[in-house]
Amino acid sequence: MSALATPVRRTPPAATRRTRGGVLPWLAVPALALFVAFGVIPLVGVLFLSFTSWDGLGEIQMSGLTSWRAVLGDPGLMHALWVTLLVMVVSWAVQTPASILLGVFLAGRQRYRAVLAVLYFIPLLLSQAAIAIAYKALLDPNFGLGAGLGVDLLIQDWLGEPVLAFSVVIFVVSWQFIPFHSLIYQGGVRQIPRSLYEAAEIDGAGRVRKFFSITLPQLKYTIITSSTLMVVGSLTFFDLIFVLTAGGPADATRVLALDMYKRGFQASLMGPASVIAVILVLVGLALALLLRRLGGRDANASQLEGA
Amino acid sequence: MSLTHTTKLRRAETLESEPHGHRRRRRRRRRPGSDGPNWLGGAVSWLWLAIVIVPIYWIFITSFKAQSSYYATNPLAPPTEPTLDNYRLVVESDFPLYFLNSLIVTVGAVVPAVAVSFMAAYAIVRGGGRRFLRGVNSLFLMGLAIPLQATIIPVFLIIIRLRLYDSLLGLVLPSIAFAIPLSVLILANFIRDVPKELFESMRLDGAGEIATLWRLALPLTMPAVVTVTIYNALTIWNGFLLPLVLTQSPDKRTLPLALWSFQGQYSVNVPAVLASVVLTTIPILAMYVIGRRQLLSGLTAGFSK
Repeated sequence: MSALATPVRRTPPAATRRTRGGVLPWLAVPALALFVAFGVIPLVGVLFLSFTSWDGLGEIQMSGLTSWRAVLGDPGLMHALWVTLLVMVVSWAVQTPASILLGVFLAGRQRYRAVLAVLYFIPLLLSQAAIAIAYKALLDPNFGLGAGLGVDLLIQDWLGEPVLAFSVVIFVVSWQFIPFHSLIYQGGVRQIPRSLYEAAEIDGAGRVRKFFSITLPQLKYTIITSSTLMVVGSLTFFDLIFVLTAGGPADATRVLALDMYKRGFQASLMGPASVIAVILVLVGLALALLLRRLGGRDANASQLEGA
Repeated sequence: MSLTHTTKLRRAETLESEPHGHRRRRRRRRRPGSDGPNWLGGAVSWLWLAIVIVPIYWIFITSFKAQSSYYATNPLAPPTEPTLDNYRLVVESDFPLYFLNSLIVTVGAVVPAVAVSFMAAYAIVRGGGRRFLRGVNSLFLMGLAIPLQATIIPVFLIIIRLRLYDSLLGLVLPSIAFAIPLSVLILANFIRDVPKELFESMRLDGAGEIATLWRLALPLTMPAVVTVTIYNALTIWNGFLLPLVLTQSPDKRTLPLALWSFQGQYSVNVPAVLASVVLTTIPILAMYVIGRRQLLSGLTAGFSK
């Protein structure tokens, strides 16, 4: 990953002598040590643990491919993988159009911006545990909002029906994250050169035409950034689902992260749980790489054209 | 979270510069091309605002209702006889202790996390030619692409072996590690924007790297440091999985975990549960009101480049 696009400057020899060896690498050591201890080693460790059997308390014993066979032969795995991908795709499809619309709107002039901004981001500040608890009460068919208002449409067994429970999870996720993504799009829209719009106006383009011919293409890389965050982030929805539905009803919301927790910390099967974790890592890496390929190399060329 | 490609992006123009295309110039219309107000966008955003606000409003007003009246009144109507009993119940049930635990873990993790991330980001930007630092940077970028929840089982094992299970320090260490990749990325993006000439002149004045970091890079990137601090504080304050897996005793609970068990205990007393939700959110709201500008502009610059 050539993260550092800035070419190395040839410094005069005197300066090189001063910094060679030097203090710079040492500055990175504390962060590196912590990240290796609790990030890299566990990553390798999870692969190792997937070839063992461990109940979380006693001895860890090598067990070869037993856990792998158990998990890969378990229809529950395919189901969890399917639910995970479904959550990812559906939440992306719900959030992205709404976030783009909101972002475009927020980037324009409007009154009440300050008020809007303060209120918009409140959901992002709440912990997922708190949100899940509040929604559980809110959606209660007997005592929740629907019952209180007497609106029959809202009186559903929201968390007891598979399809409804899944929809609730998507809704709550969108409720929390759309504001954040609309902020990203707002930043992207503001970087689009004004001259493009002026040229389009001279050609007589209307608002809709301008949106589809200028705004959307110019937002390409913003869309990739935002989508990457959404997609990789969706792999980490744990707190919310754990508190809201605990994976139910009938495993309709049992995503991989939850599956891992349940196998490992509730059923004391750390080996199979580690297999799930490895699969989760692979899915995350594959997605990140895929999105980077889409991202291309020179992410800002288009943004600078005609500026 | 993976933002790998954002690092390759253009050396950013200064953030918070005047937004392009934001102020529409009032040119004299030559043709009917200038649009009126954006009705669709406006409608969507007001609708969304309603969707956001109604649950929050409901949480807030319900927390002041007596349990007896909760089932009897219209849920969206303000309480006829507001009561603080729910809050009293929450405060008397060990919440101050959980609050303190959350505070210790958050401060204890965020301060070191931002400090070590800043040093690493500085080293990566200034010593970008060295193979070691390039490797470090790639490692952190890889960390962004991996859902760190997936490492929870080995983290649990390591914390047990370090004899830190069920201690606040056992929560702090992994929290720091998980915060590092994104913090380094954002901070490096900002340090890269400091004009090269300033570093040159510091060096000509004979300042070492530490002095340069402290007297030049840090003051100039303060907004980014604040952003990263707030962002990490938010993430760690709201963290649920680490306390769930790494602690056991009630007196080591942090707020999100306490909320969850409180909810299990008082599930019939919805107003009290919601009062606990409100109480745990107040400190974050306070922080947000203070640092809102900083956070939003910093995140925009960090992600929308």
